[in-house]
Amino acid sequence: MITLVVKRLLLALPVLWLILTLTFFLLRAAPGGPFDSERSLAPEIEAQVVAKYRLDLPLYLQYGQYLGQVLVGDFGPSYQYPDVSVNQLLASGLPVSLTLGFWALLLALTIGIPLGVWAALHQGQWQDTTAMVVAVGGISVPNYVVGPMLIAWLAVTWRWLPAGGWQGGEWDHLLLPIMTLALPFIAYIARLMRVAVIDVWQQPFIQVALAKGLSIKQVMIRHALRPAFLPVLSYLGPAAVALMTGSVVIEQIFGLPGLGRYFVQGALNRDYTLVMAVVLWVGLLTVIFNLLVDVFSFLLYPKLRTQEETS
Amino acid sequence: MKLPIKLSLLWLLCVLISCVFGPLFSVYDTQTIHWDAMATEPSQVFWWGTDVMGRDLLVRCLEGGRTSLAVAAVATTVSVLLGVAYGIIAGYYGGRVDLLMMRMVDVLYALPFMFLVILLLVFFGHSLWLIFVGIGAYMWLDMARIVRGQTLVLKNQPFIEASQVLGQKTRLIIFYHVLPNLTSVILVYATLTVPQVILIESFLSFLGLGVQEPLTSWGALVSEGAENWQLAPWALWFPALMLSLTLLSFNVLGDGLRDYFDPKHKDI
Repeated sequence: MITLVVKRLLLALPVLWLILTLTFFLLRAAPGGPFDSERSLAPEIEAQVVAKYRLDLPLYLQYGQYLGQVLVGDFGPSYQYPDVSVNQLLASGLPVSLTLGFWALLLALTIGIPLGVWAALHQGQWQDTTAMVVAVGGISVPNYVVGPMLIAWLAVTWRWLPAGGWQGGEWDHLLLPIMTLALPFIAYIARLMRVAVIDVWQQPFIQVALAKGLSIKQVMIRHALRPAFLPVLSYLGPAAVALMTGSVVIEQIFGLPGLGRYFVQGALNRDYTLVMAVVLWVGLLTVIFNLLVDVFSFLLYPKLRTQEETS
Repeated sequence: MKLPIKLSLLWLLCVLISCVFGPLFSVYDTQTIHWDAMATEPSQVFWWGTDVMGRDLLVRCLEGGRTSLAVAAVATTVSVLLGVAYGIIAGYYGGRVDLLMMRMVDVLYALPFMFLVILLLVFFGHSLWLIFVGIGAYMWLDMARIVRGQTLVLKNQPFIEASQVLGQKTRLIIFYHVLPNLTSVILVYATLTVPQVILIESFLSFLGLGVQEPLTSWGALVSEGAENWQLAPWALWFPALMLSLTLLSFNVLGDGLRDYFDPKHKDI
């Protein structure tokens, strides 16, 4: 187990380095700079600003310096928000995005899994059809359509919930964005779960358990649920990435101060350090999440362990 | 054929025809501002109403659909061409070539590619062509993996081996024997790629990074509609409905095709 974790982390390092390098040179190759504005600065002042941020050095030196900085966890100053370091911006934005993502994923699992199981147990009946129509709908309707719709009905017409804002993480402000973010994941997890349960249900060990006279509920909980959960577990890795990109939109719709805003704004303003930091963080979180998924699947499914060892 | 698939096909056909030909027959165009009819409800004059700028919504939705569908068509083509070529080469030649090529795909997978697409778009301007290419370049990875897997299976089938023994050129084996046997897989995944591409394009347009005025797309229309929905809610509902139903239809159609070609398919 420990060797697995170490191996995966060592494999992650070159990937993260690649992300860093690619983003770095992509950003620098792009036209425009962080200090281009409508009103151009006096040349002397601009030279001073550029020198202050060491943007006058040759590119490879800048790259080397940046790499060294990042290794000790310093993402440098932000070019667009003077007096604030990128670390401070991240410290304010990351918790928002993570809170949103965490609750959305939890909601998706708690609704998606039972929905899928329910549909599978009624395979071919109206319950199944209904659940799957809802699921295809959930995948097809984009979250920037769902978001405004929920605001229009729940927040404005019926005034049940606030339409947006963060307010220090008050739960009623977070309910709508979390629901919106979770919807496609609920749909996808329900579909995965349905197929997996139908599949497992045909296995001999389930038939034996049923023949012994266990109730459907007991068989489901004790025997079927664990093997049927594997596809969902493997999906959680890609889901993490999807959650990050999804939350960019959600943050914009609901006016939440998360990472997404910094990313889009930063990219538009050529705020090199800020964009680099966001991209790196997303990459890092993806790696961590995939690792967690692997660790969990090894704990839950001993069979996978022997496969890994022999391969 | 099941009813949902029939309905999906019907809807897609209607959308395609009306988006391509509709604007030609409309008395309005997308840019004319009707100063006396700003944010008016759907009526006999403006069938789908007007937006807050006083522009006819119906013709804008059709034009937006044209853009969205065009983006989808080009990006899907790019991703199919790239993915199929890459997958066949990796799968057919196998060995070290395969290993190297698929490791590259793995690395690209690990990148938060959506973020890189956004970066590309922001930095290389708002050219519609770059949106096509960027999205296509993002979508081809899945296709490459699937095609490679299928090619690996095909490669060891007797008819391919027979062809090799007869001294057929590799290029011809690929074109005459491998490719035709991949058509169903390619068709299914191309159908499932289309809604994803439309979704990505509209996602970018929603963030203001995609299609720029005077062009419009469904994503851009939904974004405009969402901004002003209290003044003109129909300017949100109509494009949102068109977009969602089209995505739904493509998904239903793709799932249906997959069930048809591969009834034993377990994944969703």
